[in-house]
Amino acid sequence: MSSEFVTDLTIFVLSLLVGFEVISKVPTTLHTPLMSAANSIHGIVLAGTILIAATASDLVGYVIAFVACVFAAMNVVGGYVVTDRMLEMFKPPAARKAQEVTANGSAEVTR
Amino acid sequence: MSTFDTVIRLVYLAAATLFVVGLHLMNSPVTARRGNLLSATGMTAAILATIVVLIESGAASLTAWLVVAAGTAVGAAVGFVMARRVRMTAMPELVSLFNAAGGGAAALVAIHDFLHFTESPGAHILIPLALDVLIGAVTFSGSLIASGKLHGVVPGQPIVFPGARVVTLVLAAVMLVTTVMIAAGVGGLAAVVILSLAALAFGVTMVLPIGGADMPVVISLLNAFTGTAVAMAGFVIGNDVLITAGALVGASGAILTKLMADAMNRSIGNIMLGGFGTGDSTGTATATGGGQVRTVSADDAAIQLAYASKVVIVPGYGLAAAQAQHQVHELASLLEARGVEVKYAIHPVAGRMPGHMNVLLAEANVPYSQLKEMDEINPEFPQVDVALVIGANDVTNPAARRPGTAISGMPILDVDKAKSVIVVKRSMGHGYAGIDNELYTDPKTGMYFADAKKALAEMTAAVKMLVG
Repeated sequence: MSSEFVTDLTIFVLSLLVGFEVISKVPTTLHTPLMSAANSIHGIVLAGTILIAATASDLVGYVIAFVACVFAAMNVVGGYVVTDRMLEMFKPPAARKAQEVTANGSAEVTR
Repeated sequence: MSTFDTVIRLVYLAAATLFVVGLHLMNSPVTARRGNLLSATGMTAAILATIVVLIESGAASLTAWLVVAAGTAVGAAVGFVMARRVRMTAMPELVSLFNAAGGGAAALVAIHDFLHFTESPGAHILIPLALDVLIGAVTFSGSLIASGKLHGVVPGQPIVFPGARVVTLVLAAVMLVTTVMIAAGVGGLAAVVILSLAALAFGVTMVLPIGGADMPVVISLLNAFTGTAVAMAGFVIGNDVLITAGALVGASGAILTKLMADAMNRSIGNIMLGGFGTGDSTGTATATGGGQVRTVSADDAAIQLAYASKVVIVPGYGLAAAQAQHQVHELASLLEARGVEVKYAIHPVAGRMPGHMNVLLAEANVPYSQLKEMDEINPEFPQVDVALVIGANDVTNPAARRPGTAISGMPILDVDKAKSVIVVKRSMGHGYAGIDNELYTDPKTGMYFADAKKALAEMTAAVKMLVG
């Protein structure tokens, strides 16, 4: 077993642990956007599909590489755009307050 | 390690860091959008670095470059247009579609790599390769079915056919055997092809028996699967950033799936085995479907509301879809001015997207103190004079209390316990779960068939007219 594999395995396990910890206490409000955000991150597979395309040399290889690139690019671009659209609705309270303040013409600062 | 390699690896490290920080910022609504932006920045950097690697290596032929450019352009354009055009309420099914694409891409990476082995690369490559094909193919077909169920292309009810369990077991056995064969370096391409086909079929048989109401949890689980498949693809082609990002999504996706299942008071095992264990899951679901419905006019509804002492508003996805949050607030304020006590009952998964409703109502300046969570409001329903249900369906269906329906066990708002009920809905159409709502045929329920925005405006006008 190569040392490179052991390094990769180490990275894999540590990344898993980070993944378990990083979203431990997320409010229900954000479940769907978070799922969508995670969905776009695995669009990183685009890096993989670009790399395999380089080794393609026959028709079968080109077809597989093409389809893989289409899928991966769809995942990554669509994923980020749709997440952003979801989050657009989740305006931070500060922005809402700012809007209200402007609307009321009042300069009152609450915080 | 050459300087070039070092720089590329450092860019990958930066990208991975941005993914982690980005996900972490998604923990709060205030920072979520910035988190997504950071994550996208990391993604752009990682992809650009990969292209630089390819240019530097000089390995890619002109044809290969054209394939990459054309494929990426087509995929990006399709993904962008779909993401921009999708209606707010159809977002979960689009996420599922993108997830299917990711899983498919991960599986294709492994298959492509397998075709280019000149000699057996050893188990440390072949095991992840087999797992990549397996998980990638399952998540590809499974996510397509899940998306189809939400979109209504595939029926939302649990689909159980005779011998389904045997088929699933056979497929599982085939997948196990071919995975071991690939890992051991025997069987060649045939084993990979058989594994792919068995896994594709397994994805279908896994999701078909699960009811539409549970789809968000299933999509989240398949999302975690795709992350794992991408990490496996990283092992196969020896790329760090795929391993890091894939494992990150695999783990955070698994946690998120658990959180979502908890919010619905279900266990993941219960959901996944939903259609398998209960033999009676289709029989009783439509038992009470034939009842009569009573319709009410805006004036009737207005009188009921104006002379009530306690009103609970139950907003659902129909309200979100019609963007009627301002109208509902106007009606509620009018009632409050008359001394009516008004509260909002928010189901954890109201509006298809958990938490969506709180945000919409907050945007319309509904005070947070009036928004009541399910556990808090349920004991109050027996004292409620009028429960005004606006575009909510499955979360109010009393059928959930009985075993044997598509939504059995799902926590619901006890709207049927209120003294009277007014339901604003566009038609008698089904909700997510695809079953009849027994609340609508309850004698004390009046149905008001209209778009939520229009209905609320009419009721508000009627209240003003009647009671000045």
